[in-house]
This record gives sequence, structure tokens and C-alpha cells, in this order.
Amino acid sequence: MAETLTHIGQTEPRPAGWKGIAADWSSDQRAFKNVSWGKAMMWIFLLSDTFIFGCFLLSYMTARISTRVPWPNPSEVFALRIGGSDIPLILIAIMTFVLISSSGTMAMAVNFGYRRDRRKTAILMLLTAALGATFVGMQAFEWTKLITEGVRPWGNPWGAAQFGSCFFMITGFHGTHVTIGVIFLIIVARKVWRGDYDTGRRGFFTSRTGRYENVEIMGLYWHFVDLVWVFIFAFFYLW
Amino acid sequence: MVDITPADGIPPAEVAEVELYHPHSWWTKYVFSQDAKVIAIQYSATATGIGLVALVLSWLMRLQLGFPGTFDFITPEAYYQFITMHGMIMVIYLLTALFLGGFGNYLIPLMVGARDMVFPYVNMLSYWIYLLAVLVLVSSFFAPGGPTGAGWTLYPPQAIMSGTPGGQDWGIILMLSSLILFIIGFTMGGLNYVVTVLQGRTRGMTMMRLPLTVWGIFTATVMALLAFPALFVASVMMLLDRVLGTSFFMPAISEMGEQLQHNGGSPILFQHLFWFFGHPEVYIVALPAFGIVSDLISTHARKNIFGYRMMVWAIVGIGALSFVVWAHHMYVSGMHPYFGFFFATTTLIIAIPTAIKVYNWVLTLWRGDIHLTIPMLFALAFIVTFVNGGLTGLFLGNVVVDVPLSDTMFVVAHFHMVMGVAPILVVFGAIYHWYPKVTGRMLNEALGRFHFWVTFLGAYLIFFPMHYLGLMGVPRRYAELTDMTIMTESAHHLNSFISIMAFIVGFAQMVFLFNLIWSIRHGREAGGNPWRATTLEWQTPQTPPAHGNFGKDLPIVYRWAYDYSVPGAKEDFIPQNIPGSFGPSKEPA
Repeated sequence: MAETLTHIGQTEPRPAGWKGIAADWSSDQRAFKNVSWGKAMMWIFLLSDTFIFGCFLLSYMTARISTRVPWPNPSEVFALRIGGSDIPLILIAIMTFVLISSSGTMAMAVNFGYRRDRRKTAILMLLTAALGATFVGMQAFEWTKLITEGVRPWGNPWGAAQFGSCFFMITGFHGTHVTIGVIFLIIVARKVWRGDYDTGRRGFFTSRTGRYENVEIMGLYWHFVDLVWVFIFAFFYLW
Repeated sequence: MVDITPADGIPPAEVAEVELYHPHSWWTKYVFSQDAKVIAIQYSATATGIGLVALVLSWLMRLQLGFPGTFDFITPEAYYQFITMHGMIMVIYLLTALFLGGFGNYLIPLMVGARDMVFPYVNMLSYWIYLLAVLVLVSSFFAPGGPTGAGWTLYPPQAIMSGTPGGQDWGIILMLSSLILFIIGFTMGGLNYVVTVLQGRTRGMTMMRLPLTVWGIFTATVMALLAFPALFVASVMMLLDRVLGTSFFMPAISEMGEQLQHNGGSPILFQHLFWFFGHPEVYIVALPAFGIVSDLISTHARKNIFGYRMMVWAIVGIGALSFVVWAHHMYVSGMHPYFGFFFATTTLIIAIPTAIKVYNWVLTLWRGDIHLTIPMLFALAFIVTFVNGGLTGLFLGNVVVDVPLSDTMFVVAHFHMVMGVAPILVVFGAIYHWYPKVTGRMLNEALGRFHFWVTFLGAYLIFFPMHYLGLMGVPRRYAELTDMTIMTESAHHLNSFISIMAFIVGFAQMVFLFNLIWSIRHGREAGGNPWRATTLEWQTPQTPPAHGNFGKDLPIVYRWAYDYSVPGAKEDFIPQNIPGSFGPSKEPA
């Protein structure tokens, strides 16, 4: 499978493991063999974005462990009253389920993209976008509920003011990521549907042709946003 | 050009070339251009423009410090605003933008043998968002209350309180918004620089054949992509504190006898976030300078760089270490002493890779065929200045020595020497070196030498006395010293002396700007490779390089960037795209 071209143009098996990495990095042209520019760029962007979310979460944790007043209990704050009983974290559980499911549909879209199945790829991407939009919608519902209960960025009825600040800031920033993802999912789905990646139609802004790999790059971003949510879920809601 | 045999030890191209975007109109060619070279010039011009604002601000500060009480319009509030904007502009909007957006954009594609950055459209967006960030920054000068006067570190709580200029007006809001925009724009460019170096090199160009300029800019960009997030987060949080009344950084605090709404925030958290960005930022500015100066010294001493691999690993090592030293800016903020011990240790360890670099520069010069061209003069000036600034860094890196020196002019002198004067000397050297490639003409030699000597000697006359003032305990950030008895009598006029020197050095920069403009039309014709250099940017078929950089075929790299004075070769340099069969190489095996 993994092959590399030697200096005399023959292919020979690439060394495995660390030796392979060393061989790739000491070769010319590309440090990551068989990785396109777009994919490499997305990975590096995600690394940078990881630092942004990392800083947000670390700041939140600092605020939470250093506060001298009680931190509101997430199980109670994020409970919904359904059928006469409070069910803790039910909305968050559904939101998490929706978002994780959208990762599944995204992965299927990537698969069908590489099979050149335009219809299924586009439908699955739109389904992913719909799940993402559902997530954002539920988040809007959650925000509305908390705001009507008196939670503000500068204070809340139950304890440390930083609860509201961190909640709105972190979920807001994550929700923005999901929203941007939904927009780009729709754009890429449209390109797939129209067959841009088969006909070599050029992008409106970049005037470059795209490839089905764009579906996968879109998927990288989407899975990243899901992964970040897992951390937010763990650190904000379950702590 | 020699006829190149493709089989000469070089693997074939792994991927087909990506078609370039070809501009159709004047607008897409010169204004909304996707060509990295045009974007580089746009970045450089914008950075220089905003840098001139910072220069004028430094003059205004020196007017106040040198001749206190003489100029009525420089109130203490105005002084703080000058100091804040001067620092922020110089560090971020001038040096970062110029090294990465300017030199990075121009040199990376040319030096790695690429036609352009990998995503030219995103690269173009990067510039326009940077321009927007600069405009937002400039607009704060015209906003009610003026720009923020919080000091370039923007420490809360004072940064957003009414006692600080701009704290309860527009100043701090515009400053933070501008920083957020800058980071977004920079990320777009930075991703391009990194991916171009990793994935866009030409045939034969291995990582260990990259000129050190590219290594410096590349490492600095990677660092910036990991360090700017902390500033981004800190800016967003402070903006929320200021606009929405959250308390991320604001403790319970009273102002004018009134209790504010804030409660329970941590000002120290901001300091940690800020310096997690702020310390790598020092090296984001310094590493491109290290790289460029290595190439200047090697080229103008006609000798291969000494210890190329060591130089590369030193750059990478400094980059990595700089992420674990940030709290040495916070010795007086109140830390557990063991933290101070840890951060002092990591800080002093940085002296090892930097010393390796200095030794290697000196050893490159050792018995070299040194041409005292203007770029070489600036490179030599950089080495001594960097050593000077680095040595005072050893003082300040030690907790016990830092505590009494903290917040004195000694600190001001230290960081101006090490990350102000030293990188700017490299910027000048680099401009004299690459101007012929950008314009096709040489900069005027006489004006250049005048510029060099006034700038170099002047900078020392400005900043050396500051060390002395700092040792006597003269504090920084004070608009006026009312009690002169802390100084010995002989030092009373030192501040006026420094100020006069600052005006003279500033004037020399006007001469430089005149030279830049005058030489576009009237400079001596340079030809394609006036310095007889080996790197790929000097081997382009046209000067200035045309769209696509290299004509029909991309160059193939057969050797490292430092084949100067190779024994047995006809000339004292062998460009990187000359096959091995045309002459031996000194490249380490």
C-alpha cells in the first residue's frame, strides 16, 4: 500500500512506523505524503482551534475552582420538567445524541462521496446539516429557558456569576462553530448535488476546481466540532 | 541557466501542478490580488504606515520624558495612550505583520520553489482582514476619549475602569476588537505559510535544504498559530467584561468610592493568558530575524552557515521552550516561589539554543570573505545588539534580580534591545538585501550607510543610558518624575539626551523611507542576482519575479542553500538549482 518513489523513479515500500515518518519528513516536496493541501490546512487549523477551546475551557475551570460562592448545580439547572418530574440533563442528553448522530451521517457522506454517489452524498450532508441545525435550535431553546429563569452573563439566581458568563461564552462559541459548519455543509452539498466535482466547475470566489475530498475535509471540521462538544459536555454539564 | 538533467538524484513530481489564478483586470492584479508577492507588498506597506504612527508616538513620549512640563498637550493620560499604542503597534501590527505577512509572503513561495501560497484566495483575505484590524486600531485615535491607555499588556482591572484613558470609552473596545480581527486574519495567512512549507516544496527541496529564513518564518508561524488563541480568548473575555459586565477578570472592586457590579473574577488569569501568548510572541518576532540574519551573514561573508542543522534545531528548540516560560513576566504578580523557580529555570535554559546560534553566526564570519555591504552591516549590528539584550535577559530571568529591577527603565531597555532594535535591524538588513529582487533596483548606497550608522549608534545612545537609569530605580510608565533625588546629579539630563537621540534616529528613518521611494525609479539596475546568492528567489527568470515566479518549469533543487566558496567550483557560489554533476557541494551528508 504505502509506497514512495525513489530517486531513480521506482516505487519501493515505504518503511513503517517512526522510520516511515522520518523518511517522509526528510524527503522533498511533501512532509505528509498523500495528504492534499486542503486536508493538511484543515488539520493545522483544527490544532489552532483546539488551543482556542482549550483556553476557553481552562479559563472556565479556573473561574469555577477559584470562586468563593457556590457554583449552581448543573443537574438542577439543566433539568426539564416533563410529565410532572424533573429529569436532569435531559435536553443536553438529546442534544449530545443529535450531534453525535450527525457525525455518523457525516462519515457516511464521506464514504458515498468517494464512491461518487452524488445523490446519497448530498442527502447525507443535508441530513448532517439538519441535525446540526436541530442542535443549534435546541441550544437556542436552552438559552431562552435559562434567560427566562434569570440567568445573565453577569449573574444568576443560584450562585457564582461566572456560571452564566462561562455558559453563554463557551456554548455560544461552540454554537457559532456548528452554525458555520451547517452553512458550509449546505454549500458543499449543493456542489456535490450539482456535480461540480465531476465537471470541474470552478469556485465562485477561489476560481479553483474542487474534488470529492472536500467532503472529507468538511467532515474533519464537523467531527472536530462534535469532539469539542464532548469536552464541553463533560466539563460543563457533568462536572 | 544550465541544462538540467532530471534524473540527477531527484525524485519525480508527486502531484501535478495546481493551476494558478490569473488576474484579468487592474483591480485583481494590484488591489485584490491573490499573488503572494503583491500581498507581501501590501502587508509591508500597511505595516510600515502604522509603524510610522508608532514612531511619532515614541517621539511624543520622548518629548514628555526628556522635557517634562514643557508640552501642555501631553497630559499624563495622553502619555499613557501613546505608550500603549506604541507598544501594541510595534509588537503586533508592525513586527509580526511585517515578518510573517510581509517577508513570509514574499519569500516562502520563492524560496521553497512554489508558484504561490497553497490557497491564494485565503491569503488575500488574510491581508484585507489585517487592514481592517489596522483601521479599527487607527479609528480609536478619533473615538471619544481616545485610544486605550492601559499599557500594551492591557492588564485588568485597570484596563476597563474609568481611571484609565479609554477604559470606559471606546478605546479598549476598539483595541480588543482590532486584536480579534488581527488574529482571525493572521490565522488565514499563517495556515497558508505552514502548509506551503510542509506540502508545497519543489522537487529536491527537503526540509533540511530550506534556507534558514524559511525555517525561522515557518517555526514562528507555527508558534503564532498556537499562541494567538490565548490572546484571542483573553480579548473575547475582556470584551465581555467591558461590554456585558461579566466578571472573568474583574474582582470585587470599588471605583470612586462606589462598589462596581463585578465580583469574583481573576486578574491573574488574564496575565496567564496574555503571557502564554506574549512570551511566544517575543520569539515570533525574533525567530524570523534569526533565520534572515543567518542567510544575510552567510551570503555576505561568502561562506556556508556554520552548523546548519544545529541552527535548525536551535530554532525549533527555542520555539518549543518559549511556551513554558511565560510566567517569568509575572514574578511580581504574586506566585508560589516554586513556580518562580520553575519558570526561571526554563527561561535560563533558552540561553543555550540562543547561544548556539550566536556562536554559529560568529563562526560563520570566522575567516569568511566578509563584504561590508549594508545588509551585512545590519546583520553584524544585530548580533551585538542581540547579545546585549540577551545578557540583560539573564538578569531579568532570575527571580531575585528581577524583583528589584521590575517596572524600571532597565526592563524597557532590555526588551527594546532584544525584541525592538535587534529585529528591526534585521528588517532593515533584509530590505536592503531583497529590495533589488522586489524592484529590480538597488537602494542608494550612500543614503543606506548614513541610515545604518545613525540608526545603529543612535539606538545604543538611546537604550544604553536607559539601563543605567533603571539600575538607579527610575520607574517605567511614569509620565513625569517629580522627585529627581533618586538619581545621581550627573544623570539628571540623561533623559533629555535620550530624547534628542531618539529624534535623530527617527529622522534617519525618514531618510530611509525617502531612499525606498527614490530608488524605485532612480536606483542602480540590480540584475537578477546582485549579491551572487544561492537561494531560489535569486534564480527567477525575471526580476521582479513574474506571476507564477519561475516561468514554465519549476526549479529543481540539487543542493542546500549554503554552497558558498566551495573548493574546486568556478565561482564562489553555486545556486540551489545547479546539479551536483556541475560541481561539488559542502552540504552535510
